[in-house]
Amino acid sequence: MSASERSRSPAAQQGVIRPYGDTTGDGMVQLSFTLPMPHGKRAEGAAAQLANKMGIDPALVVHAKPMGPDFTFFVVYGRANHLVDVSAVEILEREYPLLTPKEVNVAVKRALRRRLVVVGGCIGTDAHTVGIDAILNIKGFAGEKGLEYYRELRVVNLGAQLSVPDLVARAKEESADAVLVSQVVTQRNAHILNTLEMSAAFREAYPADQRPVLIIGGPRFEERQAATLGVDRVFTRGTTPGEVASYLVHELITRERATHAAKRGLG
Amino acid sequence: MTPRSRPKIDLDPATVRRARTLARRAGRPIVRLAKQHTTASVERATLRLAGLTGADPDGTPWVNRLVDAARADVGLEHGISLPVWDALVTGQAADLPGLAAAAAAGDVRFRIPAGRDAARAQSASRKQVAAGIRRVDARRRERDRLIARWGDPAHKPWIYLIVATGDIYEDIPQAQAAAREGADIIAVIRSTGQSLIDFVPEGATREGFAGTYATQDNFRLMRAALDESSRQLGRYVRLTNYASGLCMPEIAALAGLERLDMMLNDSMYGILFRDINPVRTFVDQRFSRQVHARAGIIINTGEDNYLTTADAVEAAHTVTVSQLLNEYFAKEAGLEDWQLGLGHAFEIDPAVPDSFRLELAHALLARTLFPKAPLKWMPPTRHMTGDVFRGYLLDGFFNLAGAMTDQDILLVGMMTEAVVTPWLSDRDLALQNVRYVVNAAGRLSEDFVPAPDGFISQRARRVLAESIDLLERILNHENGLLDAIADGTFGLMKRPADAGKGLEGVAKKASGYYNPATVLLEEQ
Repeated sequence: MSASERSRSPAAQQGVIRPYGDTTGDGMVQLSFTLPMPHGKRAEGAAAQLANKMGIDPALVVHAKPMGPDFTFFVVYGRANHLVDVSAVEILEREYPLLTPKEVNVAVKRALRRRLVVVGGCIGTDAHTVGIDAILNIKGFAGEKGLEYYRELRVVNLGAQLSVPDLVARAKEESADAVLVSQVVTQRNAHILNTLEMSAAFREAYPADQRPVLIIGGPRFEERQAATLGVDRVFTRGTTPGEVASYLVHELITRERATHAAKRGLG
Repeated sequence: MTPRSRPKIDLDPATVRRARTLARRAGRPIVRLAKQHTTASVERATLRLAGLTGADPDGTPWVNRLVDAARADVGLEHGISLPVWDALVTGQAADLPGLAAAAAAGDVRFRIPAGRDAARAQSASRKQVAAGIRRVDARRRERDRLIARWGDPAHKPWIYLIVATGDIYEDIPQAQAAAREGADIIAVIRSTGQSLIDFVPEGATREGFAGTYATQDNFRLMRAALDESSRQLGRYVRLTNYASGLCMPEIAALAGLERLDMMLNDSMYGILFRDINPVRTFVDQRFSRQVHARAGIIINTGEDNYLTTADAVEAAHTVTVSQLLNEYFAKEAGLEDWQLGLGHAFEIDPAVPDSFRLELAHALLARTLFPKAPLKWMPPTRHMTGDVFRGYLLDGFFNLAGAMTDQDILLVGMMTEAVVTPWLSDRDLALQNVRYVVNAAGRLSEDFVPAPDGFISQRARRVLAESIDLLERILNHENGLLDAIADGTFGLMKRPADAGKGLEGVAKKASGYYNPATVLLEEQ
């Protein structure tokens, strides 16, 4: 380790960093945006002013292009004068281990002595099955096979535009251990409203200790929203089937133990 | 369109004939089934052609109120025309709106007329529906006239852009801006839920989810706006909407009446991806395609959907099979080759080795199988990750594949696919991408001749062989395509013929069934 590297490592450990262009600490960022004004010198000045106000100084307006008579598109490069304090970043850490499909199968078999039933679909008018299919279809996502591939999971994929009452009825019919719902369309907060309707319907239809694990997924949810949405877990963009399977094992086996403990009078 | 030599793959003509024969054999029993049934929406479309518009104070269209009332009295199996025009000629109301209002109030008793009464009702209904069909004919002639005056785009492929704000009054300036920026075709995406609503909303609408409702007023407003743009730009800008879902026949009729130019209209999409009852879909399909044929509308089929739900390499042959079935059903309904905007898409995982060569093979297979059809080439969506820079490159390759394989309709890909609904700048960048590729390589299709036994040719032949296998598997079912749809042979979804949405709107025709629209559409 050279002297210069050693000298900057304490700062990195404390977690204060800047964007990296081509030199440590240069703070360089790029952004693009459109302003509703005709192209010209004044427009370029306006773009630089916006960048300055965003904390970019100096701001280089490297590209300005008219889009019709009333709009101009800009690409700006510049030095951001903000620092990032990594230690102050709040995230939800995964509280369960990632398992391989084989480990998931073994864990389910040992704990439940039957197959774990997963019912999934897209509720409301949302017709985008991309998310639910990525998780459920055997084809999977990001190189991981979907839940249908797991021998000890029984998957019922109900597809798109499912009504909440139908979802609840099918979950009961199939004795679902877990219900996965995907929501992609977010106009007028449809994803939030649909999810609230869904979780309320499950709370109404099941005694608290028998309700299946409720999982919602979609690109515009936040992981920390679970409690306000009335679900057990929120998965967001980039979630793989393996993460969902591992979570299911963790959650259901924890629940199973709690139930057994309660039955034995130890809980 | 200037005729020019199309790039193609060497395919064995006997194999191609075999594929078409199998598609015909799979499709023919479906056509028979479609002829034996009618649906609430087909009957409502007939009333719309007869000129019945508007809705009750709750927003339920009068066509729905009238069909529901008549059906409650006499069922649907004789069609709506006999009971409705019998009530009119016997003086229960002065006209269709009056009759609908009286029927909704419970003041009309419907019956199935017999003998001379039936003949009078038939003749009266035929006269009124014929007037509507003449209006459709007039709109078609008007389109021909405007295209002659303003001209078609000078280039191929035609550039297809989507607007989708939910508010028709926002859509209009966006569509006009898109036309100015270079769009040859504007598609107004429908509100997400519309395919499963069993009525066509009324009026100009400002409230839609991820799209704008298809209504007659919205059609008219947008067509008028694009006529204005066409006049300014000196080229006819086409308008596209969706004849799909539970109201497909009615929307087709409205499209014909309001001079829409293209309609999304797939033979099996509603069944597989919307869980609409198969019989309902096939009956509605046939009627809507007869209307499109008459109206000179180009249909766009939905094969891209097979590739967004299944792997684009493994499922490549499902696209070909669907194209062959769509072609058979379309021609049976009277559509001509120039009206068959058969769909396909650039959806292979870019991480797959030789993915671009595979895309070229699939695109050329479609080009070779359907040399006269205006093929619709759809951009990557499934492997657009949010990395807009990578997405822009992928869209460039999509455009290049389209240019090299001489596609006719190019749906412009957005680098912000899967991120946001397209921004002004996204559309501008996307059009720059298309323009660069078309300008740089648009005529490459003349030089691009894949080696006869090279990777691309072999791959295309293999997909065709797999398509034939799948068609044979479909035909091996006792009830052919219907059973295959039921057991999930086609697509991954199991859709039995006695389930699905809209089943309650299907009726088996009685021997005295009469529908003037069908009669008139089938006369030519």
